Amino acid sequence: MSAEHSEQSEQVEGLPDSCKNLIARLRGRFPGAVGEATTLRQCADELTVRVAREQIVEVCHFLKTDPQLAFDYLSDLSGVDYPDREKRFEVVYHLYSIPQGHRVRLKVQVAEGEAVPTVTGVWRTADWHEREAYDLLGIPFEGHPDLRRILLPDDWKGHPLRKEYPLAGYDGD
Amino acid sequence: METKELILNMGPQHPSTHGVLRLILSLNGETIVHSVPDIGYLHRGIEKLAENRTYLQFLPITDRLDYIAAFPNNLAYCQTVEKLMGLEVPPRAQYIRVILTELNRISSHLVWLATHALDIGAMTVFLYCFRERETILDLFEMATGARMTFSFFRFGGVADDLPREFIPKAREFLEAFPACIADYEALLTKNRIWLARTRNVAVISAEDGINLGMSGPSLRGSGVKWDIRRAAPYAIYDQLDFEIPVGQNGDVYDRYLVRVEEMRQSSRIVRQCLDRIPEGEIRAQVPRAIKPPAGEAYSCVESPKGELGFYIVSDGSERPYRLKVRAPSFVNLESLPVMMKGGLVADVIAAIGSIDIVLGEVDR
Amino acid sequence: MGIVEHRFGENVLTTSIDNLVNWARKSALWPMTFGLACCAIEMMASGAARYDFDRFGVIFRATPRQSDVMIVAGTVTKKMASVLRKVYDQMPEPRWVIAMGSCATSGGAFKTYSVIQGVDKIVPVDVFVPGCPPRPEALMYGVLKLQEKIQQEKFLRK
Repeated sequence: MSAEHSEQSEQVEGLPDSCKNLIARLRGRFPGAVGEATTLRQCADELTVRVAREQIVEVCHFLKTDPQLAFDYLSDLSGVDYPDREKRFEVVYHLYSIPQGHRVRLKVQVAEGEAVPTVTGVWRTADWHEREAYDLLGIPFEGHPDLRRILLPDDWKGHPLRKEYPLAGYDGD
Repeated sequence: METKELILNMGPQHPSTHGVLRLILSLNGETIVHSVPDIGYLHRGIEKLAENRTYLQFLPITDRLDYIAAFPNNLAYCQTVEKLMGLEVPPRAQYIRVILTELNRISSHLVWLATHALDIGAMTVFLYCFRERETILDLFEMATGARMTFSFFRFGGVADDLPREFIPKAREFLEAFPACIADYEALLTKNRIWLARTRNVAVISAEDGINLGMSGPSLRGSGVKWDIRRAAPYAIYDQLDFEIPVGQNGDVYDRYLVRVEEMRQSSRIVRQCLDRIPEGEIRAQVPRAIKPPAGEAYSCVESPKGELGFYIVSDGSERPYRLKVRAPSFVNLESLPVMMKGGLVADVIAAIGSIDIVLGEVDR
Repeated sequence: MGIVEHRFGENVLTTSIDNLVNWARKSALWPMTFGLACCAIEMMASGAARYDFDRFGVIFRATPRQSDVMIVAGTVTKKMASVLRKVYDQMPEPRWVIAMGSCATSGGAFKTYSVIQGVDKIVPVDVFVPGCPPRPEALMYGVLKLQEKIQQEKFLRK
């Protein structure tokens, strides 16, 4: 996996200037917090940047307020479960800039039981997205104003999008 | 004298909540102090289902997300898988996709207008809109064999070519349709009751709308000129000529005007496509077993409700490792409490209607 | 019947109470609009201009208290199940249920953790209408089948 990633990292060099510029600005501002940057083939809108969990709010705030980057729109926030990894979950943020028209994907790795700082303070729309990730994957978000289940009933047991959860549920209807 | 706040439970079984939405309203007299949407009554586990189906098997399930507009769902999903696999779609297939998707936008807006007007009390518009919708559904049935759940697009193209009688029939519809829109507008646009029920109701500013992640006509009603067909053109939208209508006040009325104008613009797009559709292949060479290489992709389209995106993580097998649907209705619904705060309880249904939600997509 | 026959001219029909009441019941079936998902849109189309359900005396009511038949149109989830039962219990007797579409019939395409595999696990169903979603014609056929069923009911002599 890591070999594949490093190969992809090199491809970032061939990308449009906007992507290189974005990575350079982020690395300049947050030297320790911004990890590897990858992409799918040469698609400029598939730029993925890994961010340290502790600094996700600062990074998001910077991406939103920086006039050149101006990511004013949180398109989507979701969680992915990798049970075999040391840090089991990945929280994925899809950012979009309406004035600039560019996209970026941020990824934060988090272990079971660890909380991710909430970005509801940056984009209010994160509220429901984070509740959904909490509901379906059981990822807690620290500082969230109203962290309850959103889709499933309050008394539901388990988190269905975890890989070990059976498709038909535990009570097997 | 001190009065207590009244808690009013609206839904999940209510004729005007467009499905199974539940709202818990705190009222001070007639005024809404606070409202909490409760969703998930139609949560069908679609994202979990995707992890247990092959890529092709999941295609019919996408129809059932936003069941009023199934083509944009098919399109967004196929587009994401094509992006993962690096597939090119032949031009004729692109045209067929755009023709059907735009007709579907019209039929979706017709359902919206019908139910929205019915909620507010205009019964005639409901009957008119469903009449025209049936004509569009006839076209869909002619092309795909289904009225609502088509599963017609395939990775790298479409399932079949358009039948010969489709194009003249579609032209016939486009000839007749402007007069129909004029009819709806004659009934509503300057109607005093309609104006009183929609103007300055459920107002949301552009800034709040963006912050809350709104998209599509609901956001354009607040004056944000952002349409994915223009901002990041997919399929053949960069070759087509159309306007993006925007509102000014961000109220129910402006969102109504935007959608009505969008129906006209979609007719314009379909007309252009019918004139220019090239001959040729309708499907690229695609391997029999769909196994996208390991990686991840996000691709979105402008569905009638807003930004509809699919985020797919592939591990190289024939099933998606993780599939997330970025459903516009889900995000748009989040803005409802902001819109309704301080409004009257009778305006709740106008507000719900104006953001055009589909619960299949909200709950997934 | 021999005494009354032919005594009142052509304006009088003789029939049994069962027949008369069943005829009345089946001719004005007012459904409760239990629209849940995709099928609800086809149910609306059935009531709209082209298919015009009013022809069968079928007029949609938005409240269980005024309705005779509940058309369960769509997927019933576990979260929704108790609501569905509550609404059913609020309907006055006699009452009937039509399960419209694959989801209401058997869970359909959604054999998942959150979906009830068939609404007959919660309420008794009289007519199942297959399809995903069924066309308005199919729903009409279902209603006509229910009318046939009602016509055969016997409530005076069990």
